[in-house]
Amino acid sequence: MLQISCPYCGARAEIEFRCGGQAHLERPGPHDQVSDRQWAEYLFYRDNPKGVSLERWVHRFGCRQWFNVARSTLTHEILAVYGMGEQPPQLEGTKR
Amino acid sequence: MSGFRLEKGGRIDRSRPLSFTFEGVSYEGYAGDTLGSALMANGVSMLGRSFKYHRPRGLLAAGLDEPNAIMQLEDGAQARPNVKATGVELYDGLRAAPVNAWPSLSFDLLSVNSMFARFIPAAFYYKTFMWPHWSLFEPAIRRAAGLGVSPEASDEDIYDKRYAACDVLVVGGGPAGLQAAQAASRSGARVMLVDHDAQWGGSLMASNRHVGQDPADDWIGRVVEELRAAPETQLLNRTLAFGFYDHGLVGLCERLTDHLPLAERSGPRLRFWKVRAKSVILATGAIERPLVFPNNDRPGVMLAGAGATYAARYAAAPGRRAVFAVNNDSGYESAAVLRRLGVDIAAIADARPGLSAKGAQMAASGINVFTASTITNVRGGKKVRAAELHKLDDDGQAVKGSAALVECDTVLTSGGWSPVVHLYSQAGGKLRFDEQIQAFVPRECGQHVLCVGAAGGEFSLTQGLADAARAGAAAARDCGFDAADIEPATVDGEAFGNIRPIWQVDVSGLAGERGKAWLDFQNDVTSDDVALAIRENFKSVEHVKRYTTLGMASDQGKTSNVNGIGVMEGALGKPMAQVGTTTFRPPYDPIEIGAFAGRRVGENIAPLRPLAAEDAHEMLGARFEDYGGWRRPAFYAQDGEDEHAAVRREALAVRDGVGLFEASPLGKIEVAGADAREFLNRFYVNNMATLKPQRCRYGVMLDENGVVLDDGVLACLGPNRYLAGTTSGHAALIADNMDEWLQCEWPDLDVVVQEVTTNWAVMNVNGPRARDLLRKFDCSIDLAAEAFPHMHVREGEIEGVACRIQRVSFSGELSYEVAVPWGFGASFWAALMDAGREFGVSPFGVETLMALRVEKGFLHVGADTDGMTLPQDIGFGGVISRKAADFIGRRSTMRPDSLRDDRRQFVGLECLDGSAKPLTVGAHVLLPESAPPALTQGWVTSSVYSAALGKPVALGMVANGRERIGEEVKIWDRGVSRRARISAPGAYDPEGKRLHV
Ligand SMILES: [Zn+2]
Repeated sequence: MLQISCPYCGARAEIEFRCGGQAHLERPGPHDQVSDRQWAEYLFYRDNPKGVSLERWVHRFGCRQWFNVARSTLTHEILAVYGMGEQPPQLEGTKR
Repeated sequence: MSGFRLEKGGRIDRSRPLSFTFEGVSYEGYAGDTLGSALMANGVSMLGRSFKYHRPRGLLAAGLDEPNAIMQLEDGAQARPNVKATGVELYDGLRAAPVNAWPSLSFDLLSVNSMFARFIPAAFYYKTFMWPHWSLFEPAIRRAAGLGVSPEASDEDIYDKRYAACDVLVVGGGPAGLQAAQAASRSGARVMLVDHDAQWGGSLMASNRHVGQDPADDWIGRVVEELRAAPETQLLNRTLAFGFYDHGLVGLCERLTDHLPLAERSGPRLRFWKVRAKSVILATGAIERPLVFPNNDRPGVMLAGAGATYAARYAAAPGRRAVFAVNNDSGYESAAVLRRLGVDIAAIADARPGLSAKGAQMAASGINVFTASTITNVRGGKKVRAAELHKLDDDGQAVKGSAALVECDTVLTSGGWSPVVHLYSQAGGKLRFDEQIQAFVPRECGQHVLCVGAAGGEFSLTQGLADAARAGAAAARDCGFDAADIEPATVDGEAFGNIRPIWQVDVSGLAGERGKAWLDFQNDVTSDDVALAIRENFKSVEHVKRYTTLGMASDQGKTSNVNGIGVMEGALGKPMAQVGTTTFRPPYDPIEIGAFAGRRVGENIAPLRPLAAEDAHEMLGARFEDYGGWRRPAFYAQDGEDEHAAVRREALAVRDGVGLFEASPLGKIEVAGADAREFLNRFYVNNMATLKPQRCRYGVMLDENGVVLDDGVLACLGPNRYLAGTTSGHAALIADNMDEWLQCEWPDLDVVVQEVTTNWAVMNVNGPRARDLLRKFDCSIDLAAEAFPHMHVREGEIEGVACRIQRVSFSGELSYEVAVPWGFGASFWAALMDAGREFGVSPFGVETLMALRVEKGFLHVGADTDGMTLPQDIGFGGVISRKAADFIGRRSTMRPDSLRDDRRQFVGLECLDGSAKPLTVGAHVLLPESAPPALTQGWVTSSVYSAALGKPVALGMVANGRERIGEEVKIWDRGVSRRARISAPGAYDPEGKRLHV
């Protein structure tokens, strides 16, 4: 069970959070100008990095705020926590 | 019987005798004994039958590394299967039985298996019982090879859970653990020291050593006293650290009452601790390895260190005349302990070519020491009678000549020691193979964890204490404490020396049948099994484990893994470092499931939420069911009515008069802010931009895959204030989704979302007399039809209490949903029932509401829809085409698959066979002439008997259904076919005249 530092509440156990999957996905639009391919990539295609994974989490049983996490998929180490809308910090092994 | 109780000594309390039974026979032990030591002291040497061959087995070890002595304790609700006798503290009245013997230990019918040993090699079952199918043979084989018996009575014990955080967690209360904890504790850091043993001291306990000038016991006592007095330090004995997880989380299992007689137990039995530690020091010691030789599993053949522990700690001697077989110096120390306590040492076979200093000392004191020798067989079946010793050849692979046949009643072996690196490895730590000690030791780990003492591969106690002191202080400093280095003491009696690995000795050159050499005692795996697996090309250590079962089950290879890897080294011709280890997984030792469940058992697994007027429903005879986590009345049974009769009566009451339904669980989410309208328009399929204040609109929500996620009524309370209704089970989900979209995708929108489901109790007054009933109340809202039409919302007061009323209907009748603050819910219900008496008001349940909505053809998300249903499938194609703006999931409704014209669509199904029996939900819709197996056209999704229409009505999803209205179909359910006709949904009042009154 991870320990995650909510930017608003501080360090809490993983059971208080929910992972919302890959961060920094851009929703294509407007709907009538999006190709099937673009839409499929937005819906289904995800990175599967060996190394730094950028993902969004919500402090579900806490302040209910969403934020971004940079986590190593090798060690589960949390390398950075940063707000929604912010760019990820420069980390070795980050795929952008 | 070879074991016996020594006259004096040991850490047992001879003033407190305890009686217990094993296999129905009464014995006596003392406080301080384990079940294992007490049995040994009573001369009981055969404690179990082996898993596969039912060979007699006795104690091998003295701790949690014991593979053989698996017990069933007690019976009924107190029964505990598969417990290691070495881990059970003796208590008065304890009842134990072996787990794998039938009908009894000494006469085990299944031991004939051992006569066919050569025919049951690795994977024998899988290879032999293939035809026609393994499942035919499995039950019988499982019975024969079972372990304990699962308790049949339900567990009456309570299990506790606790979270904790500390700076430094020290696992292991032996010398290194005590020393590390002392060093960390003196800094004022929050220290936790845990050990699964009841007593502190580990390997130092009852040893003859001195720490500094003091006897070891004095040192242990002093350190424990100091730690107990330290305000920020917590000591937990009888507490096993069983798992190391991410970010410094360690799972502990504290045994609170297992050591007490049954009658004296109270309170929780186990406490499961989740400890988050900034730094962890593992002082978990090392496990001695047995030597691998023919018949090394006979009762009376033990680990040398275990023999010494039994004698010194428990005053229980494993025998009167012992033969030792060793490949390192630690066995000499064990021999010295036993000799001092009066056990005759008949001979010591040392695999190493020359005499070590320890060996020379032993030989000089008159003990027969054979160098370059090892044990090649044990004579005797249920007990040891003699040991055969032979000379080893120069490379230690085979034996030559005859050395000696030595009479003895116990054989004690030491094949070296393996550090307990399980937790380190679980933490993500990498291991390396250490040639010096011939074992895997810690290398590096991403988490803040350090192994000290024997767990770190350091077998010198003096050096181990020094390392531990340093590690303890450093860990405290890492956590920001000002820790001074402490001067560790030296310990006398250093012993390990060099080691000569003899993983398996080739005895094929010797005359006579010798039998198997056992690697894994618990799973009955021999060195031949490993060789066979490798011959069959299972070359990865993980594959060999699965194929042979080496290192599986509750033992997890504590005594066998390294030996197995050693045997693999020989068979594969590749060094042990490259063979590697299997993955270490929690738990280190079995933990009862109850500890993990804690209080979440029975109705507490998922506690149901009560309605506001629960007591009133109860009094009215409600039959409660779980609906989406709420405990709600399904119906109210009167005078022995069954469900059908009750639902029919309640439905007619609503259609003809007035019914009352508690709708409090309906999801309620307040959405407010300058951009609330824009946000909701993006959230719903429907055009919500045109919704005016005091108006309601039914809407559908999708996920981004276009799938119908939920539906409900959106009420506009004011220009920037909305109340979004959801289905009862989805309120939290939809509120979460709204938050996610607002925070992650549309942070520019000025909107606040708050779920208020349990702020408001909702009573649904439903039926043609609903208005008459509500008019009995003093209400600030004008209820007249023209003042308050269908699909409108009003806010006001009723009897001086704030209320919200929505004129919406899931029954097709005149219907008001009246919301009052939750605390007024129960009294409001009572007042409605009271006022409704003159109109014959009838309470009705969820099943009745469902019958009413099926009659009306109203969709129920989750019942009529599934994970493939798109909005156009349920008739929202027109709504979408009239809306210009984007909304969640819209693009998915435009994919080629979404636009197919043979998609299943929501329709009504009318029974044509005249039967009153409703169609079966889930029954297939087929073409009238088709005979199964046939391609399905769809299925029945909702089906009830309509009391108002006097016939069954049904809804379903049917391929291209809307185009096929009027077409006859066959409804097929498991061989029974019925005739039906596709219709528009809504058999009752299709024009909706009854709504607008
Ligand atoms: Zn938070």
